[in-house]
Amino acid sequence: MAQEFWRWKEYNWKSDKIDWKGGSIITGGVDVGSVSSQALILVDGELYAYASMRTGSDSPQSAVNAMNWALEGSGMKQENIHYVVGTGYGRVNVPFANKTITEIACHARGANMMYGGSVRTILDMGGQDCKAIRCDEKGKVSNFLMNDKCAAGTGRGMEVFADLLSVPIEEVGELSFYVEEEPEPVSSTCVVFAKTEATGLLREGWPKNKVIAAYCSAMAHRVVTLLDRIGVEKDFVITGGIAKNSGVVNRLQKELGIEILKTDYDAQIAGALGAALFAKALVEKERK
Amino acid sequence: MIANFGYKDGSGDYFISIDTDKCNGCGDCVPVCPAGVLEIRDNEFDPLADDKMAAVKEEHRKKIKYSCAGCKPEMNMKNLPCMMACPLDAIAHSW
Ligand code: SF4
Ligand code: SF4
Repeated sequence: MAQEFWRWKEYNWKSDKIDWKGGSIITGGVDVGSVSSQALILVDGELYAYASMRTGSDSPQSAVNAMNWALEGSGMKQENIHYVVGTGYGRVNVPFANKTITEIACHARGANMMYGGSVRTILDMGGQDCKAIRCDEKGKVSNFLMNDKCAAGTGRGMEVFADLLSVPIEEVGELSFYVEEEPEPVSSTCVVFAKTEATGLLREGWPKNKVIAAYCSAMAHRVVTLLDRIGVEKDFVITGGIAKNSGVVNRLQKELGIEILKTDYDAQIAGALGAALFAKALVEKERK
Repeated sequence: MIANFGYKDGSGDYFISIDTDKCNGCGDCVPVCPAGVLEIRDNEFDPLADDKMAAVKEEHRKKIKYSCAGCKPEMNMKNLPCMMACPLDAIAHSW
C-alpha cells in the first residue's frame, strides 16, 4: 500500500497517580470532530485518562471506540462514570452522553484549565473549521466566531497538502523552516486552488520546503484576518490539531505580534476536557 | 456575550451578531424576518445558565448573505426588520 502521508498517530494516556476508586465525581467528555475524536475522563476534576482517534465514517462507533480506549487497562467501566457530556461537530452521535454542549463553550472551558485563567483569546484550528473564541477569567465565552465555509486553514486542508507533497504530516511544520528566505504566501489557502498552485510551484522548480513555507504562511495569514473581527487580547492560545504545527503557529505569532501561550497538556483535548468539566459542574448542581 | 453567526469569504464579512447580555429571548425578531432566518434557542454558550437567546438557524448560517439579500439592497442598515423589531437593540449586522 502507498504511504499515507496525511495519517497522524492515534494515542491514549493514563495518569498513574490517581486511584479512580477513591473519586467521588467521575465525569467524561467526548469530542467528536469531523476528523478526530477524543474521549477523556476526570476524577474529581483531575485529568485521569484520555484517547484521541480518527473519526471513522460511523461517528457513534468512533465515540465508543475512543471511550473504550481511554478506559483500557484502568479497570474502570462505562457505568462507573457519573455523567458524560458530548461535544463537537458530531456531538449528537455520542450514544452514551447524558447531555450535549456546543464545542465553543467546551473549548473555552477546557483552555481555561489547560492554560490558566489568564486566557482571553482561543483559536481552535480543528479538522474542518476554524473558531475564534474570546472568554473571561472563568472560561466563559464572551464573543465567538466560526469559519467553516471551506477547509482552508484547517487540519483537513493540511492533510491534503501533506499528501500532495508526500511529507508526513507531523513533519510539515518543521520542514517549513528549512528555507533560505521566507517566500511569499501562496495566494490562496482554498484547498483546491492551493493544490493547483503548489503543483505549479513544484513544477517551476521550487524546493518542497519552500512550497510548504508558502502554504503555512498563507494559512497563518488567513487566520489573522479572521481574528481581526473579534480582536485578539492576551493571553492567546491555539487548540486543535494545527496547534502542533510549528510552521503555522510561529508564523501566526509573528504576524500578530503576540506570543502564543504553551501548555504541557495536549492541545487537542481542549474540547473533551471542557465537556468533562461541564459534566462535573452539572453533577455538582444535581447533588446540591 | 456576542455570538457571531455567519462567515467570511473572498467578498467580505457576513455576520449577524446577537448580544446575549442584551437579548432576553422575547422572540419579537423571529416573525418579522421575511426569510425565516432567526429562531429562539437555549443559550448554548453558557450551558450552566438556563436562558434563551435569538440565533441564526443553522441552515442559514453558511449562506446568510443570500438569505438576507431581500432586505439588504433596498434598505439602509437601520431599517432592517429584525433590528427594528428588537426592543433591546441586541442585533447587529456586519454588512
Ligand atoms: S436582514 Fe431581513 S432577512 Fe436578514 S435576518 Fe434581518 S429580517 Fe431576516
Ligand atoms: S427581539 Fe431582540 S431581545 Fe427579543 S429575542 Fe430577538 S434579539 Fe432577543
